[in-house]
Amino acid sequence: MFALIQAAGEVGDVIPPRQRLVAILVSILILLGVLELVRQRKLREEYSALWVLTALGLLVLALNYRILVWLTHLIGAALPTSTLFFGGLIFLMLLALQFSVRLSRLTYRSRSLTRRVALLEEELRELKRRIPDEEDMLEDDGRP
Amino acid sequence: MPSGTSPAKLDSELSTKPSRVLILIPAMNEEQSLPEVFEALVKQFPPKDILLVDDGSSDRTPEIAASYGCKVVSHIHNLGYGSTLLTGYHYALLHDYDYVVQVDGDGQHPPALIPRLLQPVIQGDCDVAIGSRYLEGKSPTGWLRRLGALPLSLVASLWIGSKITDPTSGFQALSKKAILELCTDGFPDDYPDIDVLIHLHRKDIRIREIPVVMKPRVHGQTMHGGWKALYYYYRMAVCLLLMPIRRNSPYRRQRPMDDHPLDKGSLRGLYS
Ligand SMILES: Nc1nc2c(ncn2[C@@H]2O[C@H](COP(=O)(O)OP(=O)(O)OP(=O)(O)O)[C@@H](O)[C@H]2O)c(=O)[nH]1
Ligand SMILES: [Mg+2]
Repeated sequence: MFALIQAAGEVGDVIPPRQRLVAILVSILILLGVLELVRQRKLREEYSALWVLTALGLLVLALNYRILVWLTHLIGAALPTSTLFFGGLIFLMLLALQFSVRLSRLTYRSRSLTRRVALLEEELRELKRRIPDEEDMLEDDGRP
Repeated sequence: MPSGTSPAKLDSELSTKPSRVLILIPAMNEEQSLPEVFEALVKQFPPKDILLVDDGSSDRTPEIAASYGCKVVSHIHNLGYGSTLLTGYHYALLHDYDYVVQVDGDGQHPPALIPRLLQPVIQGDCDVAIGSRYLEGKSPTGWLRRLGALPLSLVASLWIGSKITDPTSGFQALSKKAILELCTDGFPDDYPDIDVLIHLHRKDIRIREIPVVMKPRVHGQTMHGGWKALYYYYRMAVCLLLMPIRRNSPYRRQRPMDDHPLDKGSLRGLYS
């Protein structure tokens, strides 16, 4: 890997073809994998969006390498490769943040559910205590 | 105690039917301390007006309350002090109580002092009466604990504009007005602290401290220990800093409940 990066450095803005191929393959694999998970209903659509976006972004960058060079200059990175890594890092952070937000919501919901269940259980117990015994009712009904 | 109070009025208020005062006991694994608490409570209040909220205890906490004929609501897992209170507040609203008195299940709050807390609330002198163990320094408390609470009470006192010495005291009497306020806005459902007091104050809920004596903990475990205390301070800092700009904060225009993702699970649907 290190050798590859060095090689890229030597040729300046040119991405080595092998690296490019790897990037294309990886992004296609991610894309297919994510879609497959959605197909199997193991991943909800809402959570797939960030993944698909990133895979597409990676694909575009790998295919059209002028955009990558332009981006590299924009963020002031030395190598196009670092731009890819940097992008990956940002993506992971965004994903983690998204998870934290979802977790907070889930936490809130499970907690209020627990409270609600507790209250309902008490009410149910109270109601059961108040209605006459089931057997008594059956006895009443059974008499002609 | 405030002047011009007539014990006769208090007595008649307390004995009016249907009952208007709910005793709320938050408890988590307190089977050793509870019998003493209940013995004292059932002498003063009918058991049907005493509610134990069991916060996912693994011991016989709920059974003990039931054995005294008291009401029991059980969380299926541990949610923490704030949620335990919240469940009790919801219960109080559901059953149309006018006042709530919180008494910790660890036996530190003397039930004999309940009337002292209730009196100013029932008479309309305030909406929240907090039993403070520092107003008259007779309660044996650790100096570390006191030192830790000092910055909090300082901030609260300055913000609210009246002296708050024991903001984290769980020994409180509350009016329905205060309870409603606590139930409809994002009440901290983990560890309520001075942010709640500031919120209430901002919403024109009158808070007053009443001197009480608390006993040291004999059985069980404190919830303020170790690293949690650090987190506690962090949470307080974030809450207070964001208070003026936070969504649904009392310092901002209130959004209707439906708009707020946090409020979906709160009261709606329970009362209709
Ligand atoms: N420890 C603990 N107590 C809980 C929890 N939920 C509710 N409680 C109850 O909340 C009450 C107060 O807890 P304490 O740990 O005594 O808090 P404290 O009185 O402020 O602190 P101490 O002065 O150390 O006793 C007790 O009646 C507990 O049973 C929880 O998750 N953990
Ligand atoms: Mg205690």
